[in-house]
Amino acid sequence: MPDIQSKAKRKGLITGFLTKWASIIALVVVFAFFAIKMPAMFLTSSNMITILRAISVTTIIAIGLTITLAVGGFDLSSGSMATMSGSLVISFFVWYKMSMWEAIPLAIILTMGLTLVTMFLIVKCKIPDLLATLAMMFTLDGVSLTYSGGGAVSEGMPRANGAETFGKIPKMFKDMGQAPTIIIIMIVIVVVIHIFLTYTKYGRYIYAVGGNKEAARLSGIPVKNYRVFAGMLAAVFIGLGGILVASRNMSAQIQGAAGYAMPAISAVFIGRSVAGADKPNAFGTFIGASLVGILENGLIMMSVPYYSLNAVKGVVLAFALASTYYSSKGEN
Amino acid sequence: MAESVRTLEMKNISIEFPGVKALSNVNFSMRSGEIRAVVGANGAGKSTLMKVLAGANETYTGDILIDSKPCEIRNPRSAKDLGIELVYQEVDTALFPYLSVAENIMFNNIVTGMKGRALIHWKGINKAAREILDRLHMDIDVTRKMSSLSLAQKQMVLIARAVRERCRFLILDEPTAPLSLGEVAELFRITKELASRENVGIIFISHRLPELFEICQSLTVMKDGQVVANKSVDGSLTTQEIVNLMLGRSFEENFPKRKVAIGETLVEAEHLADEEGKVRDVSFTVRSGEIVGVCGLVGAGKTELCKLLFGAGGMRSGSLRCRGKSIKVRNPTQAVRQKIALVPEERRKEGVLVSEPVYFNLSAACLDKFTNRFSFVQRRKELENAKKLVADLGVKTPSVFQRVRYLSGGNQQKVAVGKWLASDSDFYMLDEPTKGVDVGAKRDIFQLIQKLAADGKAVLYASSEINEILAITDRVYVMYNGRFAAELVTEKTSEEEILYYAAGGKK
Repeated sequence: MPDIQSKAKRKGLITGFLTKWASIIALVVVFAFFAIKMPAMFLTSSNMITILRAISVTTIIAIGLTITLAVGGFDLSSGSMATMSGSLVISFFVWYKMSMWEAIPLAIILTMGLTLVTMFLIVKCKIPDLLATLAMMFTLDGVSLTYSGGGAVSEGMPRANGAETFGKIPKMFKDMGQAPTIIIIMIVIVVVIHIFLTYTKYGRYIYAVGGNKEAARLSGIPVKNYRVFAGMLAAVFIGLGGILVASRNMSAQIQGAAGYAMPAISAVFIGRSVAGADKPNAFGTFIGASLVGILENGLIMMSVPYYSLNAVKGVVLAFALASTYYSSKGEN
Repeated sequence: MAESVRTLEMKNISIEFPGVKALSNVNFSMRSGEIRAVVGANGAGKSTLMKVLAGANETYTGDILIDSKPCEIRNPRSAKDLGIELVYQEVDTALFPYLSVAENIMFNNIVTGMKGRALIHWKGINKAAREILDRLHMDIDVTRKMSSLSLAQKQMVLIARAVRERCRFLILDEPTAPLSLGEVAELFRITKELASRENVGIIFISHRLPELFEICQSLTVMKDGQVVANKSVDGSLTTQEIVNLMLGRSFEENFPKRKVAIGETLVEAEHLADEEGKVRDVSFTVRSGEIVGVCGLVGAGKTELCKLLFGAGGMRSGSLRCRGKSIKVRNPTQAVRQKIALVPEERRKEGVLVSEPVYFNLSAACLDKFTNRFSFVQRRKELENAKKLVADLGVKTPSVFQRVRYLSGGNQQKVAVGKWLASDSDFYMLDEPTKGVDVGAKRDIFQLIQKLAADGKAVLYASSEINEILAITDRVYVMYNGRFAAELVTEKTSEEEILYYAAGGKK
């Protein structure tokens, strides 16, 4: 018995090291590649800030997804949910002349309310997460377009029925999406959620439920409550992500945040294995989002057309998924 | 349908799994038209032997002869070609839920009989399927979708398929376990008809001894991987005799029994019943310091009872009292609050979180004890507790940070028990806690259970291993078919008596 174990251990050490640090190695390699290839353009402090700013939204939405995946769920609708939240917040400013302190909390609360519908489909109707959120994705796309009257919403733009609008988007709202604020918001969220998931009772239970629902239930953990709770918490960050997209655009665009859903999912899966966590975790998600962001930034500098970037992001997601599922094949 | 009599013989069949001799020199023979029962305690080798016949165990040694001609059965295909079919207890694994009854019966025909045709000849298939069902007097609409059928009907479809495949020997692995009384009668009628009219030899595996008298002509008793007796079923054979043959005198647990002062009644349950009918009108009491056994064969309802008491099953009726106070347990969270603990049977699926480390598991059931008022986990306190438990329970692990996946079965089980120790529960239920556990770990777990009793806890020990029940419990309820068939004092009972009631014997 000890023979087999030590042999397996030795073999496991190499693959174990690789799976643990693959994401960070990839990050360093990609970074080094662009730095050597285009030192004058890529390796500047202004470009570093650009990258951090660019990954902020992805990271924040991905933090929401980290919580969803940690509890054993899945979410395809994050992009549509974020778009909805962005439409809401801009419309509150422009149509209803709300202040920031009213508009942002209200948008987030409404996003949570919509997530409650998702959780109802998943927990009560027992639809698998993937399918429930697929349905929600379509529904939300339609709902947010219907709400905005089939178009974008921005300052001074009349409503669909021709009514003029007088509300202004506050300057402070614009600052939120600018460089240092948005980066600070991202870092604070990563740190807080990392602490929350790692050191609090709630984080513990979320991971327990995500690891094995039945075992968690038979340990006395109220599994359904925690799934709903995790969904609500995720909604806060997805909603905030959508609001930040709106802040960067200073308007609510059609499908404005839809492009963030897939990179965010990639980020969570890339980050899953970081430092041997072997489960969705906030720090890993940040690494994952960074990898996606640096790739995007570098490729654009190398004049890869923007419309080809999705192909690259898709391949990155495939790699991240492959690493997750390949390394877990020894389970059970 | 008169056909010549065919014979099936198995000679010196042996199978060795790593470290265990699952079958040793088994001789088994029967002829077509005969209904033969195969009985034995859990792990006696019944299923292993039948899997050999069905081609699911290719590593056997020995000879199989059909009509005195030697043949090899190394895969399921060759078993089918020889006319041997096995209807597993889990009928769903062999059926296609989205296809119709006719398609399921005629499936082989659809797969191999198409010969270049691309379209299914619906009329022909439905007609052929209906003919077979009519022949067996089964009343099922062949156009119905398989998924809409009841369990009993699914079994019948499988039997019909076997008949369609010109099966000569049909193995039914515990077919009656999930059936209601009416369904059992119907199954018996069909089985008898198959034997007498279709000249099929039927091997009937069951834990319920009384029903064997009704249907079988002969009986093979297995124990510890060997055939210990072949009997013909006539007036002279009794349930008691079969039980004695099944048990023999081979295993003796020499576990020292500790005397513990038994205190007041801690848990009282009255007329418990679940929604699915797996637990019916069960009443019992457990006193502080007492280890009460619930003994029953697989499928008797022990697991369902434990889950019911833990709030994890659908309670239909009944009441539960703890320390004289009436309590309601609607879900496991409430059960834990009422200081009830359950170590479930399926340890890896239900008992532990295999992808989490040992310390995580050991505090999963009572994390509140290790958190401060802001809900932050107090790591030092938690690790101290984990280390203490690992030492107390003798869990063999390099550290408390080891993921539970990498521990052996016995050590995983110790973790599954250990997670409840810190919760300081009053009532501990253990469901088959020694399943798949080696002897050393078994002793450790026994000692642990005795220590719980010595600390004044009430313990419910559910197991199908009678020798374990005898070794550790003070009192035992024997469960049969969802009910408590008997209440016995362990010191004054015997394996024979317990098995007699567990197999459906009446007072």
